[in-house]
Amino acid sequence: MLLAAQDPWIRWDWVQSHIQRITDATVQHIELTAIAVGLGFLLAVPIGLFAWRYRKGRGAVLSVAGALYTIPSLALFALLVPYTGLTFVTAEIGLVSYTLLILVRNIVVGLDGVPAEVRDAARGMGFRTGAQLLRVELPLALPVIMAGVRIATVTTIGLVTITALIGEGGLGQLILDGLVRDFRTPLVVGGVLSVALAILCDVGLGFLQRAITPWSHA
Amino acid sequence: MNFLGEVARWFADPAHWQGASGIPTRLEEHVLMSLIATAVAALVALPIGLLLGHYGVGGAVAINISNIGRALPSFAILVLLVQLVGIGAIPAFIALVALAIPPMVTNSFVGMRDVDPELRDAARGLGFRESRTLLRVELPNAMPVVMAGIRTAGVQVVATATLAALVGWGGLGRYIVDGIANRNFVEVFAGAVLVALLAAAAEIGLALLQYVLTPAGLRSRVKQERQAAVSIQAQAEPAR
Repeated sequence: MLLAAQDPWIRWDWVQSHIQRITDATVQHIELTAIAVGLGFLLAVPIGLFAWRYRKGRGAVLSVAGALYTIPSLALFALLVPYTGLTFVTAEIGLVSYTLLILVRNIVVGLDGVPAEVRDAARGMGFRTGAQLLRVELPLALPVIMAGVRIATVTTIGLVTITALIGEGGLGQLILDGLVRDFRTPLVVGGVLSVALAILCDVGLGFLQRAITPWSHA
Repeated sequence: MNFLGEVARWFADPAHWQGASGIPTRLEEHVLMSLIATAVAALVALPIGLLLGHYGVGGAVAINISNIGRALPSFAILVLLVQLVGIGAIPAFIALVALAIPPMVTNSFVGMRDVDPELRDAARGLGFRESRTLLRVELPNAMPVVMAGIRTAGVQVVATATLAALVGWGGLGRYIVDGIANRNFVEVFAGAVLVALLAAAAEIGLALLQYVLTPAGLRSRVKQERQAAVSIQAQAEPAR
């Protein structure tokens, strides 16, 4: 601890000599996040539509999602390790589960929020079920669905740092490395970059959300 | 070599049920830390959220604080705090309190803001003072949403307290962290089961508290709030 107290917050010479490693970690972090959110979204759309359409399925889907969501991330990764090892697959199964839960819920809540009058009007105008979904209901649910994507992305960026414990982790690897070696520089670089990445994505997706749903904001 | 059988044997081993690293001690550490952190966060967050909601000011701040809170990876915060205040219980405590405040502020704000204005008018018409309106009329009506925030925060705290094992504190996370370090996956799995069970217990316990604290006439709303709880945070934008 005495040593740690004298260790400077950041040593730029280390940063310079490890620039490749920092870049690789950042790229891996973005990859892990993008795959989790992308795959989660692809799975969430059919599940969300099913839960929204069929009342009986909804309770079950939302309860399972809620129960899984309470499992702490570190515990979920740990539960998977005996079966899938300290691997990329373990990390992604855990990450996709969490994005899935957030996205399914927001798809259902978003579609539920479409006013009944709008639905009636669409039917009155002769929309078929499929067209009504694509051209009336989904666009109106889009703000809530986009909010889900935004939350899922930001949450995943935080969770990816934890996957460092099971050997993945992107920027989490730098944090863990600094923690284990009691060396501040990688820890600060990893910590600051992961926070910056999360804030950047939050702000960026916030703008995107406004841009594609200009009718929704206050 | 049945893996789950080995996990069962781990739980059956009396050595794991006593001493400073036994399950009862670790459980107690985990529960105490979570309770104190959640309570302190509630003492800070609820007055702020309730008052802002009552006066209808500061909505952008009250709602966006949750977005910012979510954007901060708890692992990174925890590790950076260790650098500032040293290893052990204190960084874990600070990180957990910081984590629990945003959802409580947001939900107590939204709950108060969305109280039917006619109820407020009626209370005023009946001669209620400001403080009595807040405590006897608005707060009970906002209770399902306020409690949903406490519940979200509490469950998150229990989950994140697991990570505190990484910065030299105890709790049930120790089994996972030490197990990974020693490649003892039986211990890892057993720890994960314990943590998952505790998180589920916290969820159920806080759900019961939410139900009990909600006035009888509003109880049908508790169930809705449960589904909306994520969506209030989920909307990430002022609803109107």
